[in-house]
Amino acid sequence: MKLRRVAWTLLGLFLLLAVVAGIVVAMNLRGEDPLPEKAEAFQATPQLVERGRYLALAGNCAGCHTTRGGAPYAGGLPIDTPFGTVYSSNLTPDNGTGIGSWSSAHFWRAMHNGRSKDGRLLYPAFPYPNFTQVTREDSDAIYAYLRSVPAAAQANRTHRLRFPYDTQAALAVWRALSFSPEPFVANAGKPAEWNRGAYLVNGLGHCIACHGPRNSLGATDTRLGLSGGLIAVENWYAPSLTDPHEAGVADWPAADVVALLKNGVSPRGSVMGPMADVVFRSTQHLSDADLGAMASYLKDLPKAAAAEAPEAAPAKAPIRRDAGTMARGAKIYDQRCAYCHGDQGQGAVGAYPPLAGNRAVNMAQPTNLIQVVSHGGFLPTTAGNPRPYGMPPFGQVLDAADVAAVLTYVRGSWGNDSAPVTQLDTLRR
Amino acid sequence: MTVRGLRFLAPGLLLAWQVVAGAATPATVPDTIEQRVAACIACHGREGATSNAGYFPRLAGKPAGYLYNQLVSFRDGRRFNTDMAYMVQHMSDAYLREIADYFAGLDLPYPPVSLASDATPEVLARGRTLALQGDPARKLPACVQCHGAALTGVQPATPGLLGLPRLYLSSQLGAWLTSERHAQAPDCMAEVGRRMQTSDVNAVASWLATQPMPADAKPVASLPAPMPIACGGTTGASK
Repeated sequence: MKLRRVAWTLLGLFLLLAVVAGIVVAMNLRGEDPLPEKAEAFQATPQLVERGRYLALAGNCAGCHTTRGGAPYAGGLPIDTPFGTVYSSNLTPDNGTGIGSWSSAHFWRAMHNGRSKDGRLLYPAFPYPNFTQVTREDSDAIYAYLRSVPAAAQANRTHRLRFPYDTQAALAVWRALSFSPEPFVANAGKPAEWNRGAYLVNGLGHCIACHGPRNSLGATDTRLGLSGGLIAVENWYAPSLTDPHEAGVADWPAADVVALLKNGVSPRGSVMGPMADVVFRSTQHLSDADLGAMASYLKDLPKAAAAEAPEAAPAKAPIRRDAGTMARGAKIYDQRCAYCHGDQGQGAVGAYPPLAGNRAVNMAQPTNLIQVVSHGGFLPTTAGNPRPYGMPPFGQVLDAADVAAVLTYVRGSWGNDSAPVTQLDTLRR
Repeated sequence: MTVRGLRFLAPGLLLAWQVVAGAATPATVPDTIEQRVAACIACHGREGATSNAGYFPRLAGKPAGYLYNQLVSFRDGRRFNTDMAYMVQHMSDAYLREIADYFAGLDLPYPPVSLASDATPEVLARGRTLALQGDPARKLPACVQCHGAALTGVQPATPGLLGLPRLYLSSQLGAWLTSERHAQAPDCMAEVGRRMQTSDVNAVASWLATQPMPADAKPVASLPAPMPIACGGTTGASK
């Protein structure tokens, strides 16, 4: 009978749905320790607080949890994602609006399992897919530190995400597909320094949050590693750390990697855009030992497949450049750029980077160049570079066609041989 | 080898080095604050704005405390300008102080002020009245009460109001009126902004922009009378 068949089908679908939901829930509870019946007594020694302060810098917690000029760690910063806007939360020990009522176990569960005190799943804008590697000991230290900062009564703002991303169910499915809590596992075949670097880079440092590609659900993939990623909405490209043509450091002296992270500038490159923020707020405050550890890990990252066998790559067709665009670019370059970067793109020692042979100029992805020309900026001030030189925001005087022309010229002169930049590139958001 | 031989060899060595280096030799630039902040000049100019946007304010000779407060405010979100926020977002207090001191210390002549204006004589007259006498009925203080009798500013942290583009003046007054711009508490100009109307903005900006610079264009050392409103930023000691 027809009705009976429909009923059976519906029942089947319902059971299937229940099983899937059960699996999703079970996967979301993976690796989650039950909270202790009673909050354990927590001893915050000054040493533990100080250690937590340092680790909070290593994780750049304030980068998201402090607004410009706002109370430290009081949250409220909008983080724009392709799925909507997530607002960072108040981490100060305020009882009503912060984490004053949290125990160290609650905090650990947030860091390791991505679950809030009230049991709700947290959005991975909070990089718990990385923080899951942080040890309980370090989590407790950060907790101790956060309890020592001044309490700020500032209510958390409601995220503004599109349906279905604003539902816990969608988040649960996302987590079932993209997240599993995993402690850091040391590689026994590598020295302690390398392992310390891996712990910092992949754990608190959450470098992959920018330097890793993201899939259509916005998840990073540890298998793809630090092979470069476009930072959504902000429109900066975090270059690959595995590709010697982008930002790989395999052939750099470790001291130069340390200098870049500590001072924001090194003999081989300097930081601008979001990485300037990372150096300013985070890495400049780390110890030489930890920066050295990160350098030794980063230098040893597996090389990108394409970079490993350049001779195997098919011969590149010669790049064609429009003569009119090149002439226009040359004129703009002479007027605006040559004063600092030199008429042959040679730069000035310690002040203005050379553009000839500069890999940041020649990357396939021209996004950062467009940003730098349009907005200019200064390197971050650091103890090692307290008075940086700067670049003006040429967006004030150059239109999209000008920016495209001058970058096409720079990418096609003095031995540089990279694809032209189009007006469309400059308008891409 | 003869001297003659050496003369032939030398250019050859130079060439070889250039080929190895693959690029022209990097230049060296002076290690001076002037060179380090050359980026600022691109918009603000030295004596006046270099761009034709008619917006950018002159920096040279403004009180150091004022310039410092503005730089900190751009960094910390009290003042909003995308490019300025971008320039100073990763700068320490110490460097911002040095930059402020540098521009404050520049003693440069002012370009002549254009006396022409498309504002009506009535609007200009109203602007003059507001600037010099205020509007006591609305408890609106006169500009001169805080910015100095000659409107050239007061040390250490009150800016002069002359020699600035009308567009800049009106957009800043407008920002006080709409609470877009903020300063250290107690925020005196925010209070003035709350008492202003949009027509006041146009009148005052139009009049100020057409005033010639006095012979002594420098900020004065102090005010003859206390300010009518408490002003947090004027001690020049902002955090």
